[in-house]
Amino acid sequence: MATTGTVHQTKWWSGGKSPFNLEYGKLMMWYFLMSDAFTFGAFLISYGSIRFSQNFWPDPNVVFNAFPGAGHANLPLAFVSVMTFILIVSSVTMVLAVHAGHKGDKKGVIKWMWWTILGGLAFLGCQAWEWHHLITGEHAVLVDGKIEMIGQTMTGNPWGNIVEDNTALTAALNTTSHETLVHLAHEFPKEGTATSIEALEKMSNAQLSGMVDVAHAHIREKGPVAFGGYFYGITGFHGFHVFSGVIINIVMLIMTQKNVFANRGHYLMIEKAGLYWHFVDLVWVFVFLCFYLI
Amino acid sequence: MSNHYDPTKDISPSAAYPEVSFHHHSDDAEFKRRVKKTTILLSVITIIELAIGLLIYNIHKGDSPNALLVLMFKGVVCILTIAKAYYIVSVFMHLGDEIRNMIMTIVVPLLLFVWFIIAFIADGNSYKNLRNKYDLHFKETTTPAPHHSAEKPGEKPAEKSGKE
Repeated sequence: MATTGTVHQTKWWSGGKSPFNLEYGKLMMWYFLMSDAFTFGAFLISYGSIRFSQNFWPDPNVVFNAFPGAGHANLPLAFVSVMTFILIVSSVTMVLAVHAGHKGDKKGVIKWMWWTILGGLAFLGCQAWEWHHLITGEHAVLVDGKIEMIGQTMTGNPWGNIVEDNTALTAALNTTSHETLVHLAHEFPKEGTATSIEALEKMSNAQLSGMVDVAHAHIREKGPVAFGGYFYGITGFHGFHVFSGVIINIVMLIMTQKNVFANRGHYLMIEKAGLYWHFVDLVWVFVFLCFYLI
Repeated sequence: MSNHYDPTKDISPSAAYPEVSFHHHSDDAEFKRRVKKTTILLSVITIIELAIGLLIYNIHKGDSPNALLVLMFKGVVCILTIAKAYYIVSVFMHLGDEIRNMIMTIVVPLLLFVWFIIAFIADGNSYKNLRNKYDLHFKETTTPAPHHSAEKPGEKPAEKSGKE
């Protein structure tokens, strides 16, 4: 390296310098993220391919219209926009943590890492609520000539076409289970027949059938099976990334508090954790597009 | 001098990585301005996307949804998403600040996605067309019911555009 003084032009590949002007760990984090991008890309493109091979695909505004505490109110896109903003904000706090690290500001790093971790946990909480709501929120579906109540799972979902053939629906009531009839008569009663669940449970199937207003029950067919599998598979894989990102951030926080980086003299590890965290946000931008917007 | 180093024994980034000349934003005010600008930009793009999402929802609900209009709005949302991805990667992840060779080793492989997306979407679409042609049971059981159009003339094109 004795000759560097005479070389005025930067020769990245002549040795003694990092050709990418980047430390090893950060470069490898970039290549890991690139390969992870291909994994997510393959999942999302496979979803697109299946979606294009179907004659019918559920409308996301019908599927994702619930909000915690809002009951049955129809609020398409509301909850997912909250989730999106949580992730954007936690990305910004991560940028600030990395910046504090550049300045060697330990207090700043700790403060912003805390906010980032909280943002990640808030996002995971939202996702848990959303999954719970989709799995347990049952809707009336016409299957094989009878009406069933099903939630969205890997094997079926209630997001098919609305059945508008009222005679078929009325006929289907005859073979429908007592439990489902009680639910339907309670939720969608014909005018003037509304009664309590307890009273309905004592009635016979024939009585209950006469009380259901099938025309307003929004009974659908079963939706494409692949819908649930792709939704849970891809948002689950993303959620797992968020979870591992939170774990990594917690480790970084502990290491910062124990002065590991202060003794080392630099906070480059925070930068690498930051890259991963931003990538998680980046993937969500595309998951948001593919599942909720289009 | 060799390229071998032990980062844990050194005290500063430049000592730990002598072959790396760090070039970080030293100007605090400039950095804050840039982060603020990008945050606002990302938020505004997201709000526009949500507005378009609701617009598509309302077009679907309407009496005669225009499939082409819905497709156009979906295209706009895709472009906005790519813009968001660009800002996250280039500003938050600082890829824009790296040297060109490094950027290219990340970006050029990702160009595979261009082929990837076109090929697999076209494949899915072709599979659907073939099945509709040769598997009438599939066509009859999955195509949105024709009696829709008797009651609501516009319902069918809306369902069709829903999968695009």
